Parts: sequence; structure tokens; C-alpha cells
Amino acid sequence: MSPLVRRDFLKAGGAMVIGFSLRDELIAQTRGTVAGPPDARQIDTWLAIHADNTATVYVGFAELGQGASTALLQIAADELDLDMSQIKSVRLDTNVTPNQGGTYSSASIARGGPQVRTAAAEARLALLGMAAKRLSIPVERLSVAKGVVSAGSSRVTYGELVGDRRFDVAFTGSAPVKKPSDYKVVGERVSRRDLADKIRGAHVYMQHVRVDSMLHGRVVRPRGQRAYGAGARVVSVDESSIRGVSGAKVIRRNDFLAVVADNEWDAVRAARQLAVKWEPTSALPGSDRLYERMRAANTTEEVVTERGSVGTALASAPHVVSQKARAPYQAHAPFGPNCAVADVKSDSALVMCSTQDVYATRRTLAALLKLPEKDVRVQYYEGSGTYGHSCYDDVAQAAALMSQDAGRPVRVQFMRWDEHGWDNFGPAHVGEVRAAADASGKIVAYEYHGWQHGWSGTEASAQLTGAPVGEFIAAQAMGVQGLNRLTCGGQYQIANLRLVNHKLPVTEYLKAGWLRSPLDLSFAFASEQAIDQLARLLKIDPYEFRKRNIADERWLGVLDAAAKAAHWTPNTATKRADGKLVSGRGIGLGTHLQSWGGAVADVDVNVETGRVAIKHLYGALDAGLVVNPAIVESQIRGQLVQTASRMLLEEVTFDTTGVTSVDWRSYPILRFEDCPDVTPIVVQRINERSLGAGEEVMAAAAAAIANAFFDATGVRMEQFPLTPSRVLAALKRAG
Amino acid sequence: MQIKVNDKTWTVASASDTPLLYVLSNELQLHGPRFGCGLAQCGSCSVLIDGVEKRSCVTPVSAAAGKSITTLEGLPIWYAAVRRLSVVPELHPVQQAMVEEQAPQCGYCYNGMMVKAAELLSKNPRPDDAQIRSAMNGHLCRCGTYPSIIRAVRRASELMR
Repeated sequence: MSPLVRRDFLKAGGAMVIGFSLRDELIAQTRGTVAGPPDARQIDTWLAIHADNTATVYVGFAELGQGASTALLQIAADELDLDMSQIKSVRLDTNVTPNQGGTYSSASIARGGPQVRTAAAEARLALLGMAAKRLSIPVERLSVAKGVVSAGSSRVTYGELVGDRRFDVAFTGSAPVKKPSDYKVVGERVSRRDLADKIRGAHVYMQHVRVDSMLHGRVVRPRGQRAYGAGARVVSVDESSIRGVSGAKVIRRNDFLAVVADNEWDAVRAARQLAVKWEPTSALPGSDRLYERMRAANTTEEVVTERGSVGTALASAPHVVSQKARAPYQAHAPFGPNCAVADVKSDSALVMCSTQDVYATRRTLAALLKLPEKDVRVQYYEGSGTYGHSCYDDVAQAAALMSQDAGRPVRVQFMRWDEHGWDNFGPAHVGEVRAAADASGKIVAYEYHGWQHGWSGTEASAQLTGAPVGEFIAAQAMGVQGLNRLTCGGQYQIANLRLVNHKLPVTEYLKAGWLRSPLDLSFAFASEQAIDQLARLLKIDPYEFRKRNIADERWLGVLDAAAKAAHWTPNTATKRADGKLVSGRGIGLGTHLQSWGGAVADVDVNVETGRVAIKHLYGALDAGLVVNPAIVESQIRGQLVQTASRMLLEEVTFDTTGVTSVDWRSYPILRFEDCPDVTPIVVQRINERSLGAGEEVMAAAAAAIANAFFDATGVRMEQFPLTPSRVLAALKRAG
Repeated sequence: MQIKVNDKTWTVASASDTPLLYVLSNELQLHGPRFGCGLAQCGSCSVLIDGVEKRSCVTPVSAAAGKSITTLEGLPIWYAAVRRLSVVPELHPVQQAMVEEQAPQCGYCYNGMMVKAAELLSKNPRPDDAQIRSAMNGHLCRCGTYPSIIRAVRRASELMR
């Protein structure tokens, strides 16, 4: 490395001493003193070896409850030849951890895994070089176990070699990594690192964080957001209405309204009591007229994929079906509403929050606070499971604004109605599919038209201060705000295929963002029902029909695995049983941006009450090499249960003014008594690249549920959630 | 005002109408009970008051004065007292079972899940699945780990034998 590069790195890393032999304490002190991201081309950015022969891995992915922090350590332990007890990671922090991008798209293992593995391999190579020198034994004769390098009776530990000193080795990515057949920790069912503390009540969630001389803050907004772009305008605030609440103060910046108090309960009471007159608006269509407005809107058309000649093929095929889908806005609704603590000074800010992306949050906070990015530090504290872009940025901004005005650190805990009412909802969707098969049962044409709007680019807090609203534009978001090539017919070999987005404006609808497996449940609900219709029309078992039309062995693998687990038996006619309870079984395929998901569902439908009970869900996931099968099985179970919840119950409701589903009564989710049995199946592929596993079986499960409903009732649903009233209406229409 | 939490008596300064949750979180700095809805709809703030599961987010601290409050942190002590054990175990069997099943994902709802399951097993040491589902039905889990919780409660019941 040239001296120039070297000095640049030290400047960027904030070390106060130029040189190659920094002492232990100095390293501990300098890490974290200067704004990151640290130089990703240095091994020291990624890991440190301590004198006690343990290692710290600096990972840029957040533990969201999905277990990724454990799995990433498994990868590092494997490559370094360390025991899991010898390795740990640290809190995400813009002054400490590398920028690996956000923790979304199930990317922790898919994108982060190879980075951690290659960094660990490079460190191991350097350690072996040092050991060879120290022991005067060639590298080829050395072996490592638990961080002890040895050859015969000669031995030296990693800790003795570098103990808390810098590696000063460039991360070139060129060090050879282990072969999958040599993995010892990867592929094992290692216990989650975070669970012991979570179970003892010792884990520090964001909601637990308290700092000295801090105030408690609450936002004051209408209960339920209004149309994105319409804002929520304050007509008047009567500050005397909270005179009786000790120490409570109003904070206002345009329409951003909040209260702070020394005592949390006083802040809650003040927020409740503050008399505010909001300007009436009626910019929303209301949930009843939503799909009409979407379907009739002026849209921007965008052909996602086109091959062959769909029009001609549809016109000449002997079997043609069509399927509609109307899918609601759904909420992240994290179980603990988001929380943040901010300490904003005139020249710097420290913000603790539950963001999925500390560096992106730092950027938006800096803009809002009008501070240089380098003077804003963001630290990650785990909250409750977020499943995408819930209100973590919004609450961080709210806390920062309040702290900037109050001149003291402020902790803001969103109330349940803030989180439910002001979420970045998973967008609503209108889908219309036409598909055709020839007489032999081969799918020959497929066309999907999808209507939806994109994600919002401005958080509610910023929006209320007067920041302009816009669409969320980011490279990562490309391709996930519209039709998904993999789930919309991509499972099958189809010669003539056309996917068209009808992109709606983001304003005059609800604020939106990425929600676990964005839009895929909606796509699969439409697409896989159309495929099922073709199978039924041709009197071919739906599993067999799919097999005939799949060329990809990975899709076949998950289809077979789900069918096998469920003991699928050929089935070509609906089982309309006598009596009020009818049972059905369905199968489906789908995914998010990668990996392969297959599912089978068993449902009961009460034709008198319209109640749908999902009895059992089988979910098979091929995510390549699965680092920790127990964690992925847990992820599959969670995906299946959450999909059941979203297909049966979840729907954001709103009138023309604003959102009306603002708690667990108005936005119910699945409970214990209605929870299906679940069977997770990991299709382990040791020699394939690891891919996402946190959201890739939901689309398949959604499809399987819809197809099982048809199998039970002979009726195709065109809208979800499958609520009793909607089901009864559909059964009645069908006669 | 004085309250008894996990066998220890505390003098607290909060106003008497303050929900118990805020007192436990802010004055006692306990991490077990936690805010979820403030509406008694979800169960994340659950504690035992004289052995009965209550939602601390809607229980004024004054209503808990003079009673025995047990939080997640105190479940092992409470279990030892109820079962007349000479030694307080490190974990309540429900907690032990949750670890063995590796049940949680984010774990935020598990305070309420474990408090409720401990209450259930104290009244019905051998619940069947339907009884577990029914007893736990007022507790929500957004991660969808219900099947693992049901298994863990069954396992805890076995550990208690």
C-alpha cells in the first residue's frame, strides 16, 4: 500500500497517530470517534483479534430478530477457525461499522455473507503468515483450531499474534475461501446469540434506552394519516389546554406538532389533552372506492418484460383464463411501536433508533437538521420486528426535531395509533392476468397488468415541517415497486409473456414503503390462481400441471418438497363437501427477488358464516446454502403465519380524510386460536450461493391459500383479505 | 407510594394515576414489561399481580400498591415461592423451554408470552393444545411464532413434572 493511501485511511479512520504499531487501548479509543463509514478496503474495518484470543466482527447488517447476526458470525467463525464462543459482533453505528447497505431484501446473508467470509479469509491468511514467521514453520505445515495455530508441539494463538493491534492489511478479496465441504459451523443449527438475554428480560431494546437529563416526547397528529402530499395542516393550537400538565411544553415547526415533558406519563397526557384544530381534507378515495380510483387513474405504463406475441397466442389458444386481484394496503405494525432517542446540539447530533440502514438514516437526519452528515451519528438498537420500512425513520426524525428545539436529549415513543396510523404501508394493488394453455397442457401465453403506486420518499415528520413530498428513489428499490418477474409467471416456461406496470402517482394515496415481500402476495394471489384455473380447465392435477410447465430445477425442487411434505394426492375436481364446513387444499409457487418458494395449504371454509380457517401450511424454501437451518425454519414458520394473517385479516381502512385502522382492534392480526399448523422445509443446497430466506415463501403461501379456498368452494376470490363478509358475498354471487 | 415488585419493596415518586408500566420502566428501569399499545390489546406489558396476569399499561400504580407484583425478571423467584422450592432456579421452566425451543424471533412480545404461560401453568400444569391456545389468545406475536410458543409451553409443562 502506498503511504498516501495509508495516510488517507488514517484520516478517514480518525486515528490520531500515524504509524503501524498503535497500542491496544488506542485502537479501542479511536474506533468510533470519527464519522464513518470506515474504509471497506481494510481488514481492520471488518474484524479485530483480541489479546484473549477472541474476535470481534464488524458487521453492517442489523439484527431484526431474524437471526442474521448469529448466522454471519457462523460464517466468520468457520473461515477463521474459531469456536462460536470466541466471536462476537458489535452494535451498528455510523462511526464504527462498515456500510454494507441496508438490512432489507433479505440481504444479510446473501450480500453480507460473502463479504464477511472473504474478510475473515484474508485475516486468516495474514494470521497464518505471522504464525509462520513467529514459529519459523512454513504456512503449509500449520493448522488452526479454536484460534490456536500449531504444527507438532509448536503453537501460537491468534491473540498472541495480533492481540488488539491493527492488522494493517488491505482487504483485497483475493484470499482463498474454504470449500463448502470444509465448513464446520456453517450449516449447523447453532443457537441464536440474542435469545438468552431476550428470554431473561436482559436484552436492551430501543424502547429501553434512557439517557441523562432527557425529556420524554410525543408527537401530536391526527389519529390516522391523511393523503400523502395533503399533509395535516394545523389551523390552531390552544397551548393553555395543557397548562395543568406539569412541565409539558409544545414544540412546533409548521405542522410538526409535539409535546415534551420530564415525565413520560405527563408527555402522554399532554399529547392527549392538547387542543388542536386540524384543517379538514378529503383527498383520499376511502377504502371502499380505492380500487375504482386506481383502475381509472391516469397511469404511466411500463413494460417490464415482453417476449413472443402474447396477443396472438391468447387469441389462438384453446384454453384461456383470466383472474383479477384487488389487494389492500397492509401495515408493518411492529409489535412495539417505534422509539428513538436524539441528542441534538448546535454542531452535532447523536440519534439512537431502530433503522434498517444507519447510513441512509444519517443522510436524511442531516438534511432535516441542516447539519453536515459527518456530524450526525446514528446508532442502531433493535426494536420489535419491523418487516420493512415501518416508522423507525419517522420517529428518529421526530426525536431529532424535538431535541433540536428543546436543547436537551429527547426520547420519543410512538403511541400505537402513531405507528398504525402513520406507517409507510405496503401499497395496494390491482392485478389483471390472462393466461392460456394448449390442448396438451402447456402454458402458451401469459399477460399481467398491475396497478400500484411507488414508495414515499418523505417521512411524516419531515413532511409536516414543510419538506416537499416525493417518491422514494433508490437503486435498491428498483424492480420492487412493480411487477415481479419471478412471481408473475417466471416460475414457468412460457413462450409468450408480457408484464405491464400501470404506475400510479404517489400523492392522493397513502404513504407507502417496503413491507416484507413487497407486493408479492398480491402478485401470487392473481398469478397462481390463473395458473390453477388452467389446470382445472384441462382437468389436470394442479401440482402435475405445474410440473409439466417448469424447466428450472430449483422451482421443481421446492414444488416437489412442499407436495411431498404435505403428502399431496392427485386432485382434479373441487371437493365440495356436504354441510356447512368444506375443506380444500391448494398449491402455489412464488418468491421475492431471489430464492425459490413452494407451498401447500389446507383450509376449511364455513359456507354459512364465511369464516375461513387455515388448518395447515407447508412451506418449502430453496435459498441456496442455508447457513443455519434452524433459523431459516423459524423464518419459514413466521412467514407462513404472517401470510395467513395477511390473507385472512389484514387491511388498512380509511375514509376520505384519513386512516381509520389505528390499533389492534381496527387492524386485527392472526391470534393463537386461529394459527395454522406449519411445516417448514429447508431445501438445503450446500454448493449454491446463499440467498435471501426472510420473505421468499410468502407469495407461494398466499397463492396456496387462494387455491385451497377454490378447492373447497369452487369459487375464485378476486380480493383479499378473505374476511367472512367478503367470502359470503363471493359465495352468494357464485350461487 | 410503596410497591412490592419481585419480592422487593420500592418507594416510587410517580403520580398515583400513572400506569404501572411507566413506573416499572422509568423508575425501576425494568426491561421485562414493555410498551406495546397502551390499550390492553396486545400483552407486551403483562405482569403478575398476586399471581394473576394484568396489563400494566392500563393499571394505575395505585391499584397495584399493597399487592405483590411479579415481572419477567422475577418469574424464577415467584416460581420458587409458589412451588416451595428451597433454591430459586436461574430460569422459570417456561423461560427454559423458550430457550430450548429457540422460540423467539424479535422476542418483544415474549415478556407477555412468558408471564401469561407461567400464570397458565400455575393454574393448569398440564394444558392441552386447545387450552394453551385459548389461554394465550389475548397475546399477539407479530413475528408469527405462535407454533413455537405452543410447543414451548408444552415442554415447560413437562419440565415442571
